[in-house]
Amino acid sequence: MAVNETEKTTYTIPIGPIHPALKEPVQLVLEIDGEQVVNTDVRVGQVHRSIEWLGMNRNNPVQSIYLSERICGICNICHPFCLVLAVEQAADIKVPDRAEYIRVIAAEMERIHSHILWAGVAAHEIGFDTVFYLTWRVREEIMDMIEYVFGNRVTKAILQIGGVRRDITEEQLPRLRQGLDYYKSIFEQLRRVFLEDETVKMRCRNVGILSTEDALKLLTVGPTVRASGVPKDVRQDQPYSAYADLDVKAITPDIVTGTVVGDVYDRIIVRLLEVKQSVEIIEECIAKMPEGPLLTETKMPRLLKLLTDAEGEGVGRVEAPRGEDIHYVRMESGVSTLSTWKVRAPTYINLVAIPTILKGMQIADVPIAFASIDPCMSCTNRAIITDKATGSKSAIGYEEMHRLSVQKTKELLR
Amino acid sequence: MEKLTPQEIVDSFKKTLGDGFVDGKIYEREVAVKKNRYRRIWLYVKREAFRDAVQHLSKIQEYPHLVIISSSDLGDEVELIYHFTIYYGYHLEEISVGLRVTLSKKDLKIPTITDLIQGAIFPERETQEMMGVEVTDIPDGRRLFLAGDIAEGVYPWRKDETGPEKYLRVLPGRKPKGKE
Repeated sequence: MAVNETEKTTYTIPIGPIHPALKEPVQLVLEIDGEQVVNTDVRVGQVHRSIEWLGMNRNNPVQSIYLSERICGICNICHPFCLVLAVEQAADIKVPDRAEYIRVIAAEMERIHSHILWAGVAAHEIGFDTVFYLTWRVREEIMDMIEYVFGNRVTKAILQIGGVRRDITEEQLPRLRQGLDYYKSIFEQLRRVFLEDETVKMRCRNVGILSTEDALKLLTVGPTVRASGVPKDVRQDQPYSAYADLDVKAITPDIVTGTVVGDVYDRIIVRLLEVKQSVEIIEECIAKMPEGPLLTETKMPRLLKLLTDAEGEGVGRVEAPRGEDIHYVRMESGVSTLSTWKVRAPTYINLVAIPTILKGMQIADVPIAFASIDPCMSCTNRAIITDKATGSKSAIGYEEMHRLSVQKTKELLR
Repeated sequence: MEKLTPQEIVDSFKKTLGDGFVDGKIYEREVAVKKNRYRRIWLYVKREAFRDAVQHLSKIQEYPHLVIISSSDLGDEVELIYHFTIYYGYHLEEISVGLRVTLSKKDLKIPTITDLIQGAIFPERETQEMMGVEVTDIPDGRRLFLAGDIAEGVYPWRKDETGPEKYLRVLPGRKPKGKE
């Protein structure tokens, strides 16, 4: 063995399962050499709730829509969207054109609020709480719009197999447009705050790098893979619903900077530009939305009979805010539940890349690097998060990690 | 490399796999107002030809994207579907490929593909613990989601006696499944 290859003792820091870097349960076991992360083991499943099992054994497909809405609080359009797409394929149900456009508007409104939420969390992770308050105030506008149009801020219950349950009426459009104009006016301010601020740059440039090749090998999806320079976006590649009529283009960071680094900063760029893109998509949808019915089958008993008799399989793919979401559904004739239901949320597959992203990072960079994939543990585990789950036994808690992160920002500012 | 049409892809699999190839179907669906096509290929291969099929797919697309492994309990058999996507990154050109393998319950083994597709580790670990399919040569065979208090030999996605029935809490007023 060569002299420089002598064995160094590394030590292990478990972070979590409670509050690793986001307020959701996952355990990261970091192998540390001094201040540097050498290896990471991701342990999930702390809050697995067997939602798929319920869909396969207890619920009929219509009940499963509302169950899938509760897989995740943020992605409560994309999961039911995926499920209805899969069931419609399996049972061969056509969807009215107007419903396709309303679905897309709902999905894009979700993307805006999710990305802005993430931007706030990211600012908080690097100890920039003023920006956190600013972005979450900005987010309130889209939450109000969602409540105005769909009647609820979080679970909207708008999707139904064969269409949507509620219309967007002519009277609602001025309020929608007003909100979209607000986002267009505030975009420049957000861009300056996130992309031109020196502190943000120092904390995010060259942190948590994922090369293009690794991103492809490790099957990452969504803004994480796009920030590594791969223009992969279901809305562009294999468009579903009304996206097939709108020429959506995947956003990669080289549009702004000319190069692809694949770090946290690039992920900020992608998400920020996607907010702008979503505003444009909603405007286009409003302009193009055809008139017509909302549902193919309005009578619930007939719909349930049709679904019980249906035989076949379907795959729903939706570009969720965090990446590609997919539901596989198999239906057997005479069985009232789904006979197979497989959910794959984007974070599930993005977590595979976490060891690569964290490798070589300092402990203080772990919160922002981990948060940069926008991990959503409830989607991955398919479970509800409760506040009961406190009482962490980890050697290093979230608060301590957060303190380290804030301290690093302060040191950089000196 | 020249992009193949769905029919050409099915034909190339048929040619490469020979006897290992069972069936290939193309599913198309028109979407929204412009009637653009949503294309998906279903391939059905034997287990012996499964690794060759994945290798062949890697020739058609460098880094095929493995989306997920779904599994269904069909009674005497377990069906695994490896969902892939190829030709991503271009408008309307992506094709989904579902690679289907059925395994007899007496011999539930499937070779790993983590050496071909590194990121397949999570789906393989999940299939192993949830469906009880042994993934041979898997580099990391630990459980992924299931907690330690669930006994070995209980597989939540099964619909036979190895299912999770004994862990169910039956609420007052509800009858346990299958008991009148």
